[in-house]
Amino acid sequence: MAITVLQMSKHRAAWRDTHWRSIILQALVLLALAVLAAWMIGNVTTALSHRHVASGFAFLDHTAGFGIAQTLIDYTEESSYGRAMWVGLANTVLVSVISIVLSTVIGFIVGIGRLSSNWLVAKLCTAYVELLRNMPLLLQLLFWYFGVLAALPGPRESLTLGSGIALNNRGLFIPLLVQQSGSWLVWLGIFAGIAIAWGLYRWAGKRQHDTGHRPTVWWAMLLAIFALPAAVLYATGVPFTVSWPELTGFNYSGGLQVIPELAGLTLALSIYTAAYIAEIVRAGLLSVARGQHEAAQALGLRHTHSLRLVLVPQALRVIIPPLASEYLSLTKNSSLAIVIGYPDLVSVFAGTVLNQTGQAIEILSMVMAIYLTLSLIVSLLMNLYNRAHAGQDAR
Amino acid sequence: MNLRTLVLGLAAVLMLGGTATAGTLDAVKKQGFIRCGVSDGQPGFSNPDAKGNWTGIDVDYCRAVATAIFNDPNKVRFVPVSFAERFTALQANQFEILSHNTTWTMDRDVAQGLEFIGVDFYDGQGFMVRKTLGVKSALQLDGATLCTQTGTTSELNAADFFRAHKLKYKILVYQKASEYIAAYDAGRCDAATTDRSGLAGDRLKLKDPNGSIILPDTISKEPLGPAVRQGDQQWGDLCRWVLFAMVNAEELGVSSKNVDAQLGSTSPEIRRLLGKEGAFGTKLGLTDDWAYRIIKKVGNYGEIFDRSVGMKTPLKMQRGLNALWNKGGIMYAPPIR
Repeated sequence: MAITVLQMSKHRAAWRDTHWRSIILQALVLLALAVLAAWMIGNVTTALSHRHVASGFAFLDHTAGFGIAQTLIDYTEESSYGRAMWVGLANTVLVSVISIVLSTVIGFIVGIGRLSSNWLVAKLCTAYVELLRNMPLLLQLLFWYFGVLAALPGPRESLTLGSGIALNNRGLFIPLLVQQSGSWLVWLGIFAGIAIAWGLYRWAGKRQHDTGHRPTVWWAMLLAIFALPAAVLYATGVPFTVSWPELTGFNYSGGLQVIPELAGLTLALSIYTAAYIAEIVRAGLLSVARGQHEAAQALGLRHTHSLRLVLVPQALRVIIPPLASEYLSLTKNSSLAIVIGYPDLVSVFAGTVLNQTGQAIEILSMVMAIYLTLSLIVSLLMNLYNRAHAGQDAR
Repeated sequence: MNLRTLVLGLAAVLMLGGTATAGTLDAVKKQGFIRCGVSDGQPGFSNPDAKGNWTGIDVDYCRAVATAIFNDPNKVRFVPVSFAERFTALQANQFEILSHNTTWTMDRDVAQGLEFIGVDFYDGQGFMVRKTLGVKSALQLDGATLCTQTGTTSELNAADFFRAHKLKYKILVYQKASEYIAAYDAGRCDAATTDRSGLAGDRLKLKDPNGSIILPDTISKEPLGPAVRQGDQQWGDLCRWVLFAMVNAEELGVSSKNVDAQLGSTSPEIRRLLGKEGAFGTKLGLTDDWAYRIIKKVGNYGEIFDRSVGMKTPLKMQRGLNALWNKGGIMYAPPIR
């Protein structure tokens, strides 16, 4: 009896202790989640075998058998479903990266433009934002895609620029540099040249800081950037050939083809997201106290210097975190690709592969995990940038 | 949408274990109607008309099942699903029958938990091109760009055909029929490809239907038919024999117009079909006049074909392979006895 009371009081003491209580509660929640997950996985596995539905990931090695319109990595009909997934993923990453860059450029221009003292510029930028962020992205996507298609002629009436560039409703065709053996030396030369130029620039800055005198290095930088790769190019005997687009049969072949689906999706995503980025940029610039600008002027800083050294760094602290969310939305919005036939991850893997194999649970889990990973990578990069340039702890 | 696929997938995850696979007929009787998964608009197969009534071969099949069970062709709730999400939706018990111009393939039958109950339309994949292209055969399509719709067997068939004939091609895959046909209409591709029955309907949606032709080549076998979930033998049998009854009725010359007169027939085959001899309906869990009611209220296979896709409809399809086995086609049903 006494022992029981003692144990109870001890137990009670632990329960009353906030530290122990929170550990116990967290352990219980974790346990409940684990039990739920185990129950769901068990339930699915039994149910699938009960219903004679195949499960597991063996299908990833099976032959895909279907074609894909745009492949950034080697892929044929004999490749595996797993390979098809990578093709789709590469296409998703391609359209996301191009659109992120483009939307940022447009967004900054429009955002700054909205604050312009020029009445027309300010009103045009306001109209841009209000018009484009208030219409569904899906409609804009269909508009741009079918708009682009309608404006372009057929392959035999292509718009051409010289003999190397052609534009028609099958895409933009431009000459393509084909790498021959030894081309990596040229790339190495280019990167080495840029690295040397950067080193020279830093060295000049350091000299200026230490001695007050800045040595003239621009000619040495130009030499490093252009002469070095040119010398390597000459020494290796120009390890490149050019593939020219040519009209054969139904369409152009050879060269590099930019398909209208990529163009349409990029346009829609960039133009739509830029409207939101413009507002973020405007908010960021307005968040910097007026006194900061005046103080910079009082110190005798030129307008460009006061922008670069005083205003923008402070605005970036406000701009970067919401900008990261916009990049995440853009990446996820790229899954609308299937509507216009752009072969992204969802279209290829969660569309065609899912239909051919019927393994919805495995494929959808993989697609969700991939989007999660992509989003976490974008977040990580933005946080690193934030920490380095906006002088603020990333959260 | 893919979100819907996802939701259905999750629904399947959560519900698969819970719902029993057997006893579909009892569940349906209790529910008072059947739920039938159909396409979201395929002329001739499942398509809502101007008044919102569903029409077509796939639709009429489900009406026949409803008539067999409830003696009322309207005791059906039609659930439109996309090509891509139809199997998941059937597994997640969104409907009891999938009647969605679905090709019977080995993988679907064996590894995707479906049970095909027969073939109600023998189809094959074809190509549609603009007349101005001057192409007379699919073999002339070297280097062509194709448009098709996701979620079908079309991508694989096209790939097989072009690989087998060592021809180059590019294929663009759209989510919906409306978009793939709009892209073809905008000149994005040289040819549209899907089942010939689908092309016949899609051609009518073009700005200039007469400017395009369907090439004579058929590059695949596409036996289309209804499917149910695996595991409920009674429900599978019922659905299978509803289809057979309609084909047998046509073969025996029993139609919705003469079925009452045929009740007096002395032919033992007709007497068994109409429930005058034997107790075949009872064995299915129905009443013995089950086939009589189907024929009376929905019609035999030939009547359904003619009013859905036949020569008097805008689709103007010949019976072809779908003619009865004794009339030059391969439509054939096991006997009722």
